[in-house]
Order: sequence, then structure tokens, then C-alpha cells
Amino acid sequence: MTLPQGLDLGAAAPDGGALLSRPPRGRRRRRSRLQLATRIAILVLIFGYLILPLFAMLEFSSRGDYGARNLQNFQAILDYPDLVDGIVTSLEIAILTVVGMLVLLVPTMVWTVIRVPRMRRVVEFLCLLPLAIPAIVIVVGIAPMYQWMGRHLGVFGGSPLTLAFIDIILVLPYAYRAIDSGIRMVDVATLADAARSLGAGWPRTIFQVIVPNIRGGILSASVLAVALVLGEFTISQLLSFRTLQVVIYLLGKRDPYVSVAVSLSALVFAFILLYVITRFAPGAGERARRGVEEEPAT
Amino acid sequence: MAQATASAPGAQAAGPASRGAGSRRLRGARNYVALIPFHAYVGLFLILPTLIVTVGAFTTLEGGLTLDNVVRMFTDDTFVSAFLKSIQLAITTAIAGAIFGALLAWAVARGDPNGQLRQVVVAASGVLAQFGGVMLAFAFLATFGFNGLVTLFFTDVIRFDVLPDPSWLYSLTGLAVVYTYFQIPLMLIVFLPSLDGLRQEWYDASASLGGGAWAFWRNVGGPILAPSFLGALLLLFTNAFSAYATAAALISQGAPLITLQIANQFQSEVVLGQENVGKAIALGMIIVVSVVMAAYALIQRRASRWVR
Repeated sequence: MTLPQGLDLGAAAPDGGALLSRPPRGRRRRRSRLQLATRIAILVLIFGYLILPLFAMLEFSSRGDYGARNLQNFQAILDYPDLVDGIVTSLEIAILTVVGMLVLLVPTMVWTVIRVPRMRRVVEFLCLLPLAIPAIVIVVGIAPMYQWMGRHLGVFGGSPLTLAFIDIILVLPYAYRAIDSGIRMVDVATLADAARSLGAGWPRTIFQVIVPNIRGGILSASVLAVALVLGEFTISQLLSFRTLQVVIYLLGKRDPYVSVAVSLSALVFAFILLYVITRFAPGAGERARRGVEEEPAT
Repeated sequence: MAQATASAPGAQAAGPASRGAGSRRLRGARNYVALIPFHAYVGLFLILPTLIVTVGAFTTLEGGLTLDNVVRMFTDDTFVSAFLKSIQLAITTAIAGAIFGALLAWAVARGDPNGQLRQVVVAASGVLAQFGGVMLAFAFLATFGFNGLVTLFFTDVIRFDVLPDPSWLYSLTGLAVVYTYFQIPLMLIVFLPSLDGLRQEWYDASASLGGGAWAFWRNVGGPILAPSFLGALLLLFTNAFSAYATAAALISQGAPLITLQIANQFQSEVVLGQENVGKAIALGMIIVVSVVMAAYALIQRRASRWVR
């Protein structure tokens, strides 16, 4: 019976909005209690499922001798030189990947926005393409190129650091999204016009004017790249390079306790990195205000 | 200051108004030149490997044209069954992941958009969905393995043998459980923005017309979210279909999945001289994933109408 009454009010008085919303509000309160209960149930069950293995990792890796609890498995990480080498190698690759990705992507994306907007879709397509080509397929195709590099480029060609070449490709979809959302936050074209009309050359316009304005997006892209490199396994394993994940994998067969300890540490490290960018990502405040995210992430 | 004013006229002189048709074309060409490094890089490290795979699938080791590799992929039972199992695993875990992930996303989306809960869940999902691989396999060994927390809890504390032999973890069932574990957070990341797109006004409009929760989801929320949900389902499918690390860390005997088969072929190529069968399988994977991703892109375009 509330239905016709409500409709009537709404039609009669355009500013009867507050009145109009009164009947649903009562119902909504009842519904919201049910909703809250459902939400809590879902969070407890599904988030519980997600947390359980992580908790088990902590329990497993903190087992000491004779039922004691201690952190000796975490301390033992440093006793395995392979592991330390793997961590160092992966961090080095991560730095190269971040630098390479930024040098390749930032000027290109900024340039397409300012000068050749019609190429924007092409660049986007190429950046998202790695999602359609599984990493294991890239390995099969790229292995001959790595064999060639190993034979002809000396020490450099056989170095695990060359993995950065592929990691840059793998990180493109995520980096593109992050930098793109940074670019959308500011009027890059106007900034560039302003800088150019004051006499700045293109390099100066891009690196000293535009880059500082999209640093949020650049930071997100860099953090995602670091996390991706630290988690990369498929390519390093099949090309026989000893990165962090490959060493963890090999260690798993010898000392599962220490390998679980390293895994947990790496996951926590990646979590902290990603937590920082979800807090300070470009548009985090904007999103809160509107309650809408501008674009689906992949 | 003087420098800025001095060069300002020069910059203006080069502005669009004073450009002739010829120099404009030259300019246009120069604009594209700046994009060459990016295209060259992607061409060298992504397109070229894909071409090597594609060409290799149709050539013998000596370089002659052949269909043998492709024929073997379709006739050899090992490959056919690995393909089918991969697809089966991908479908199962995509559906399970999509349902649980969507529920979790809804529970999170109804909360404070800038609250702690949301930030923690989103960040944790990013880690678990995209950077887990080997580490997630170890997480499950620590949980359900022979010495895992849950296994020991049931054998030592409850002393009740409800759980099957812990070796289930190393079977396809185990893979499905672990895959679902990283599908749920991926679903959350992909689906959360669409749920955010459901506006409060729509709830209110539905409620003011007398609609309850069921009516809202049946007539408003459901139809709006359907394309996003379907798109996410496809993305989850490709994610599980192309996953390798978790399976490699968990399965030590046999190669039930197609990614494991490719790795096997790849690693034994020198011994057996069958390198190009691996490339044919890899090409098969590209085709499956590309078709699904193309469908995903089409659906996503439709879905994004409501996500503003």
C-alpha cells in the first residue's frame, strides 16, 4: 500500500524526496541488519579460507625442535647462500625491469596522449597483449633468442639479469593500467602546451613537467613491477636462471620449513608493497568521494 | 624569465597555425617516429617469440613445412588428455572462483570505500592472485600436506580420520583447491569496480517502488552485473588455463596439464628432438586463450557502459 502513496507524493511535490524515501528507510534498516549478518558470514568464511593457508605457513615455519616455537627457520634463510643469491638476483632484475618499463612506457604513453591520440588504442592493445599469450608460450618462443644471446653476447648474454627483457613485457598490462589512471587524473596535453610555450624542449617537458604530475601512477606501476619480478617463476625456471622463486622451489625439496619461511616473508613483503599503493594510488581519494572506480582493473 | 620570453615566439611560430601542408605531414611522420622504440621492443620480445612459436608449429627441425606437429597434438592421447584436463580444471575453478570471489567482492563493496577492510582485502588479493605461484603451492603443503596444520590437527588433536589420505593434494582435486584459492582474489580485483558502479540511487529507486532485495538483484543488479560477471569468468578461465608455477611445484609425477606438457617437451627437446610438438601445443594454447580474451574484451566493452 505504500507504493501508490509514495508515487503520488513524488509526482505531486518535486521536493518531497525526503518524504518519499521514508518508507524504504525503515525497510532498509531491517534489510541492512540481514545484510550485515550476510556480509560478516561471507567475510568470515571466504576470507577465512584465504587466511587459513597463510596462517598454516606461519605455524609450519615457526616449528622448532621438540614442539618449540621459534624463528630459527627464518634466521636460517641467511644460511643458504643460494637463497641470498636468488633474492639479490631477483631484486637486481626488479630494478632493471622498473627502469626499463618506465623508460619505455612513460614517454610513449605521454606522447600518444599529446601528439598522436589515434595511436592510443594501438599502444593499449600491445600493452594488454601479454594477457593473451601465456608466459610458458613466451618461453618456448623466446628460448632460441636467449640461446643466441648466450652464445654471442658473452657474459651479458648469459646473465640472469637478461630476464628483465621478458619481465618488462609481462608487467606491461599492469603498468599500463596504473600509468594510464595517473595520466587521466591530470590534463597532460595542457601541461605540455604550457611547458612548450615557456620554451621547454620535449625531454624537459616530459621528465620535469609531466612525470612529477603523474608520479602516483608511476609509483603504482613500479611497485607492481617489483612484485611481479619477485614472484616470477615460469620463465626463470625454464630458462634455467636461479631467481628467488626457482631457489625457493628447489629448496622446497631439501628443507620445506625454510622454504615456507621464505615464501611467507616474500608474500608479506609483496602485501606491504601493494597495501602502500592501494592507500596512496592515484584516485584513491577520488574513488572514496564518488564511491565509483573509474575503470576496471585487470 | 628572459629566456622564456625569448623562446616563446619561436614556439608559437612552430604552432599549428603557421604550418604548411608539407611540413605538417613531416611533423605527423615525426610524431610516429617517437613511438618506434616501444613498438620495436614489443615486436622483438613479444611478437617475434609468438611468430617463432607459430612458424615452429608448422615446420620440422630441419626447417621443412609439415603438419605432423599439429596432427600429433590432436592424436597423441597424452596431449589430448592434458588439454582436456586443463580446460576442465580451468572451467571448474573459474566458476568456483567467480562465485566465491563475487560474494567476497559484494561483502567488501558494501563497506566503507576508503576503509581499512577494503584496503587490506584489495592488497592481499593482489598478492594472492598474481604473485603467488610456487609460494601458494607451499602454503597448501603447510596446510594439507603430510605434516600440514590441518592434517596434524585432525590426526593428533581430534584423532579422527575424516580427511582422506593427504596425497589428494597432489592430484587434480588438490590442484582445483589451490587454483580456486588464487581465482577468488582475482575475481575480487576484477569484479569490485563493477559492484562499485551499482549506485545507491538504484537501490533507493528499487526500494521506493516496493522492491525487496530479491527484486533488486533480479531486475536491476543482476542484469547490470551480468556482462561483468561473464567477462570476469572468462578472464579467470584463461588465468587457470595458462597457470604453470603452482602445478609445477605441486605435481612431481606425470604431467596432467597442458602447461606441464609444454614444459616437458621444452626440457626434453634436445634428447628426443621433438621440439616443435611443444610449439604446436603452445600455438594451441595461444589460440584458446586469444579466443577467450577476445570474447572478454567484447563483453568488457559492453559492461563498462555502467561502470562510470
